[in-house]
Order: sequence, then C-alpha cells, then structure tokens
Amino acid sequence: MKKILLEMRSITKEFPGVKALDNVNLTVYEGEIHAIVGENGAGKSTLMNVLSGVYPYGTYTGEVYFGGQECRHLDIKDSERLGIVIIHQELALVPYLSIGENMFLGNEQHRRGIIDWDKTYKKAEEYMRMVGLEENPRTLVKDISIAKQQLVEIAKALAKNVRLLILDEPTSSLNEQDARKVLDLILKLRNEQGITSIIISHKLDEIDYCADRITILRDGCTVETLDKKQDNVTEERIIRGMVGREMSSRFPVRADTIQDEVAFEVRNWTVYHELYTERKVVDNVSFKVKKGEVVGIYGLMGSGRTELAMSLFGQAYGSNISGTIIKNGEVLALNSISEAIANGISYVTEDRKDNGLLLGSSIMHNITLPRMDFVSRKGRIDRDLERKIADQYLELLSIKAPNVEQYVNNLSGGNQQKVLLAKWIFSRPDILILDEPTRGVDVGAKYEIYEIINGLASQGKAILFISSELTEILGMCDRIYVMNEGKIIDEVLPSEATQESIMNAIIQASKGGN
Amino acid sequence: MDWKTTIRKNLRQYMMLIVLFGIIIFFQILTNGILLKPMNVSNLIFQNAYVVILAVGMLLCILTGGNIDLSVGSVVAFVGACAGTFIITWGWNPHISILLCLLIGIAIGIWQGFWIAYVKIPAFIATLAGMLVFRGLTLIILRGLTLAPFPQGYLAYSTGYISDIFGDVHLFGVRNTTSLLLGILTALVYCIIEIYSYRSRKKKGYTVENPFALGIKLLVIGAAIIWLFYTLANYRGVPRVFIILGIILIVYSYLTSSTVVGRHLYAMGGNEKAARLSGVKTDRLLFLVYVNMAFLASIAGIVFSARLNSASPQAGQSFEMDAIAACFIGGASTTGGIGTVGGTLVGALIMGILNNGMSIMGISSNVQQVVKGLVLLAAVAFDVISKQNIRFTFLSKFRRKKREGTEITLQESSNA
Repeated sequence: MKKILLEMRSITKEFPGVKALDNVNLTVYEGEIHAIVGENGAGKSTLMNVLSGVYPYGTYTGEVYFGGQECRHLDIKDSERLGIVIIHQELALVPYLSIGENMFLGNEQHRRGIIDWDKTYKKAEEYMRMVGLEENPRTLVKDISIAKQQLVEIAKALAKNVRLLILDEPTSSLNEQDARKVLDLILKLRNEQGITSIIISHKLDEIDYCADRITILRDGCTVETLDKKQDNVTEERIIRGMVGREMSSRFPVRADTIQDEVAFEVRNWTVYHELYTERKVVDNVSFKVKKGEVVGIYGLMGSGRTELAMSLFGQAYGSNISGTIIKNGEVLALNSISEAIANGISYVTEDRKDNGLLLGSSIMHNITLPRMDFVSRKGRIDRDLERKIADQYLELLSIKAPNVEQYVNNLSGGNQQKVLLAKWIFSRPDILILDEPTRGVDVGAKYEIYEIINGLASQGKAILFISSELTEILGMCDRIYVMNEGKIIDEVLPSEATQESIMNAIIQASKGGN
Repeated sequence: MDWKTTIRKNLRQYMMLIVLFGIIIFFQILTNGILLKPMNVSNLIFQNAYVVILAVGMLLCILTGGNIDLSVGSVVAFVGACAGTFIITWGWNPHISILLCLLIGIAIGIWQGFWIAYVKIPAFIATLAGMLVFRGLTLIILRGLTLAPFPQGYLAYSTGYISDIFGDVHLFGVRNTTSLLLGILTALVYCIIEIYSYRSRKKKGYTVENPFALGIKLLVIGAAIIWLFYTLANYRGVPRVFIILGIILIVYSYLTSSTVVGRHLYAMGGNEKAARLSGVKTDRLLFLVYVNMAFLASIAGIVFSARLNSASPQAGQSFEMDAIAACFIGGASTTGGIGTVGGTLVGALIMGILNNGMSIMGISSNVQQVVKGLVLLAAVAFDVISKQNIRFTFLSKFRRKKREGTEITLQESSNA
C-alpha cells in the first residue's frame, strides 16, 4: 500500500457570487507525480492556493491533511514550513538580483542578520547542480533565459527542503525542447530524491509523459482521478472529462475558404533589435497570404516570430526596418500603429496581460479601444452605441460574463483571450496577425477560438497564425512557414508535413547556421 | 449594471463625498454656523479656486500613469511675475498681457512635455527641475521684490463679483438678483440637458434609468445648484472666479468622461503597453497632458496674483502638494487610470474646508498642516486597504496568535 502524503477532503471555496470549488477531494501518494487538469476556471489554481495557504484557513471549508496531520495554513510561510512549495505560472524572481540571491530570498543564509555570501553561493551551486543549471550563481536573473529561470525556481524550492512541489503551468512559456527538460527534471527529482509533485498543465502530451495519476476538475468539482497503471488513459478520455462532452476532434474542420487574390504580401523584410541595433532579428523575410487563407508561422522561441509580427504592425517593434508591405496590390508605408490599424491590419499579442488588455477596465472599454472612431463622433463618445456594440461581441464570441461592464481581470484566461480577439475583430481588419492566440487557454476555449478563426477566414480575412505548438499549426493552417533565427527556412503544406519533419528542418538549419 | 457593482466601483468617491458632508456638518456646528454663511461660502471659493484649477490639471497627469507635476507652484509664481512685469513695470495693456501669460504657460508646458514625453525623463525629475528653474526665474525677474498693485483691467477677470443688472429689484429678498437668476438658469439648463438625453436615448431604444430615479437626481442636483447661488446672492453675488472655475470643471469633466482623448488617458494609465499597441499615441498624449497642466497653472497664476493684487516671488509655494493631495483624496489611483474630475473637486473641497473651518476656530496653521497630512494618509490608506484586503493578513495574524493559544490548551487537555 502506498503512503498517502496529501489528502484534501471536501474542499469548498466561494468567491462573491461564484463557487470556485465544490466539495473537491484530492489524494496524492508519496513519491508520485500527480497531474491536475481542467479547463480555465475549473478551480485548479484555487485548489492549489488553498493548499499553499494563499487562501488562509477559515476562508474555505473542508480539511487538508499533509503527512497524516491536519493543516490549517494561514499564509504561505505555514505551508512552506511543511515543505509544500508552489511555483506559479508567472515566475516570481527578482530580475536584478543574482541567481544565488533569488534562490535564498526569504531564506537567507545568514548569521545574526549578516549574510554569509560564501555559504550562499556554495549552496546555490549545489542546488543548481541538482537541477542541471550551468550558470554562475552570481549571474543576474534578468540575463538568463526563461527556461533557466524556471530551473532557478525549482532549485529555490529544493533549497526550502521541499516535500511536495506544486508547478502551475511550468512549461507554458517554454519551447518544446526546454519544456521536455523541465519535465525530465521533475521525473529525476522523484526518482532520485523521492520528491512528490503536483503539476498543472494544459498540455496533455506532457501529462501523458510524466504523470502517474491524473485528477480532472470541471466547474469546481472533481470529475475523476485516473491511474495510469490501472485505467486506460487516453487524451480523448481526459478531454471528455474536462469539457464534459465528447470532442471528436481537437480542431474544427477547415473548409476551403482560400480565394485567389493575394491580400497581404511582405517582401525582403529586415528588422534589427530595438536596443542592440546591430543585431538582426528578422532577416530578409518574404511571404504571401491570400484572402481567406490561414497561414502559420512556426518557430521556436527567439526565432523572430513576434518581432516579425510586431514590426509589420506599424513598426511596433524594432529599429532600422526595411522591406515592403503590399496589401491588395498596393504598397503601404506604415509608420505608426494607428496607421496600421486604419489600414486594416490587426495584431493580437501573445501576452494578453502585459500588452493586450486593460485588466482594470471593463470588457466594453477594452473592445472599443483600437477604433474609438467607430463609436464616437467628432471626438465625443457615443456610450450607448459603444455598449450596444460590446454586447454584440459578447454574444458573438460567447464570452462568459454577466455584462460588458465586468472588469476583465475577473474573467478566466479563456474569456480574457476572447475579449482580446473581440477587440481586434471589432477593429475590422483585413489582415489579422494572431500571436499565440491560444496560450494559457484550456481545450474547450481553444476549440472555440479555432472556430472563430475559421469563421474569420470564411469572411475573406487573411490570417497569419503564429504559434509554438506544432499540433495546433498543423491542425489549423492552410500553409506553414517555418522560421528560425530570423529567417524563413521552409514553406510546407500541413498535409505533407509532420511534427518530426518540421523539427528536423529547424535543427538542420541551426546546424547550417553555426 | 446592478447597484452593488456601481457602489463598489465608486466606493471611495462616495466615501469621500460622505466624509465631505461630515466635515461640513462638523465645522458648521463647531463654528456656530459661520462656515455656511454667505460671506464664508464666498470666501471658500476665493480661497480654493486656484487649487481646484491646478488639481484638475494634475488629475490628467496622474491618470496617465501616476505622473505628477512638481513645478506648478513655481509656474504659478512665474506667470504672476511675468504679468506683474508686463503690466506694472512696463505698463502694457492688461488684456493682452493676460493672453501673453497664457501663451507663456503653454510654452512652459511644451518645454516640460518635451523632456517628459519625448526624451523620457521621469516626470518626477523633469518637473522637480522645472520647480527649481521657474522659482529661480521668478526671483530673477522680480529681483526678489514684490510688484503691486495691478490695475482694474487685470483684476476684473477673476476678482470681485458679477454685477447686478437688476439694481433695486430684490427677488426673494436676495442682495444680488442676477446671481439668483443665473443659478435658476443653470439648474434649468442642467435639467433640460438631462431630460433631452434621456428622451433621445429612449427613442433610440437604449436602456435608460428609472424615470423616478432621474427625477430625484434632477431635484437634488437642481436644488443644490440653486441653494449655492442663493447663498452667494445673499452676499455680494457670484464671484467672477466661480464662473472660470465652473467652465473649467465642466470642460474637463466632459473631456475625461465623454471624449476619445479622455478614454485614451484612462487606457494609458490602465496599461500603457496595451494602449500603445491599440493605436493610442501615448507619447503625444503625455506631452499634451503636461502642456495642459502648465496652461492651467498659468490660469491659476493669473487668478492667484489678482487675488493677492501683487506679483510676489514667494507666491505658489507648495501649491503642487495641495493639488496632488486633492487628487489622491478624491480617489485618483497612484498608478494611474483611475480618478475623476468630480472626485478631485471633492478632494479639494475637503482640504479647503478643513483649512477654512480650522482657521475660523482659531486653530494654528501648524496644527492644520498635521490634520491635512493625516487626512491624506487616511484617504489613500483606505483605498489601498479596500483594494488589497490587507485586513485579512492583519486579522489572520491575530487569529493565529489566538489559535496557537487554544491549541496548547487542547494538547494539555488531551494529555490530561
């Protein structure tokens, strides 16, 4: 019989007006990797916040047992003392402190308040070796990649004598290679040190790769817990549990909506880095998108996808930009974002929180922002018209919110993403550049977003679909450009390509470059 | 939107309005009714007009992202010094001089806005520099001396009262019939605009508020307007500066709530990057906000120098602090994106009435400073606490202590 490490019994947590968790049970055995899956808003993060003491005892009902003892955490310190450490999706590192300083933040190696730097860095090196991070512990966190920052977070957890490691979407901002490294590390920590982990993820292939057992949440309730050894665990079964219905396909059928006319063409587009102006980030890129076509751009992080997209969008990024943009046969010179918007080009950012939405404003104000001229006359806003239009978009994209006055930060990730899409559809673009439009969005909402994209294509809009998820690119696009180190290295049709062939092309190109 | 959300959303503003009424009642009692006597109401307006004008400009700066302007006090002094030099020393035409002073204000704004918006020097630093520069220039221009007095042509705009064209006709026994009629007219125009917009919205099929609620709103606000003008009419009439103030409040209230520029201001304060990627020209907006601030500061400079009837090198000391405090007491967010002109007016009135009330009671100005500081702290603390639920941590700390105590007793009893 395996030993139970953690048991959460009939946890119920209510927010004003919403029951986020309803009688949720969770059992985690010692030394297992336990995955928690569910759509956005299913209650995964809330459950972990109860466990880690973000929501103190008394604000929820139910019982938590850890190592056989009942816990009543009042704050994160309480749970950390027991060895429960949570690593949040948004990393909590201080960019201008070194790796070592970050690792022992709040847990400083000191004697009577004086920090022992030799000990700090020596111990930091030990933990870094454990997680396979090869860096000088004195390097500032801002100077290392996000993948390495994720390793620093894990090392930091180890330094706290972790017994239960909770990882909330640990790979959401990593490319597939780095993501695999993190997962391998979690497996290694379990095998070598017996560290139990709870991993929250949207990526089912990752869960399949590392989890021993899987708990599915839906609408604040436990649907079931699957054991990989006993149950027949398939992606279909997990998805069915998450969305509560059969989902025959993860992608809606793409009807042939491509028209002959080329809507958008870019020739010899070259962009230099915004700060290091001698560094080329986009190198002589040329491509075409036809009306009604969904064209994918696939590339790993740092391949220049976002830089390409943003530089096309009224030079929102980059310096020393050269090249030609041709829309419907006419050459456009776009010197500002407002010009790009006025010429029917929209860019849906990959980072909805930082670059996309006014989180503290209403849905309505977010949607109308790019084209205030559509809801105003001579600079005066027609607030009634604005509300009417926002109402329409709420319905059109089935955004789940009581009304358009709702603040965006009260919405789930999927609904926020839909607001972001609504905003840019409202701006009536002919060319829509979507940068990771389904990042941090659950399976059900992803499917809805894919349907919206197909709908836009069938209206004759040209769509540039940027993603670092190969399955998504292959499932959604009519044609795919593969980008690497600022160059387009390949153009493929999804019917002819596989994940392996595309990855191979990138690896070959990287070798050639070096 | 249901009323609960409305209240929660505007909690701080309503709170401050309630506080304002509380303070009024408090001082009305403690001063034996002097506070709301016609003469004192008139004084309140004269004393606080320039602070309100500055606070409105400051609000726009704060909305863009918590930026403040430390130089406004010096600009007030500098503009006053220019006016004094033009009119008193050189004997120029006062009307043209006023126009020139406003242009100087705009030029100062262009100077500061350039450094802040385009060179991207933090507003705090750029305006701190401006504060020193313009105070210094004031001293240079005036050679450290005070210029006085101004001719009537300069004073006419912002001092004194509107003249009574009805002479001996005393409607309802008030001293200044024109003022009373002006109040009734204002209330009427307000009601007509509200009713007109109500009807046109209804015609277009939009959801409208309950007609009963609208009626009450019109009645309350209309009565308040008429009461204010009636009180003023019972003294010497409506102060001229009150008209200037009214126009500024209406224009900026409209600008922030109903125009595209206003919306862009809030968007920029809410998330600058997102606003920029939505086509908002954030640099230009920041520039314009500082031009506007200096423009309003030059109006305040003219109003203030006319009230003192002199151009003094020490004028406007720490006015920037009063303006900033009014904004934050009135509900503006220190990080931008939140705040209204109405709230700022309430904030300025709270400060003004505290000053005035305590002065009537003979409390020393040293104590007044302490009280004002504490009020500012309390107002912002209230905001921060209501946003972050800090209360929780406080309480849980107490609870923890209590719990630890009980646990020990539990263990003891089980041992026994």
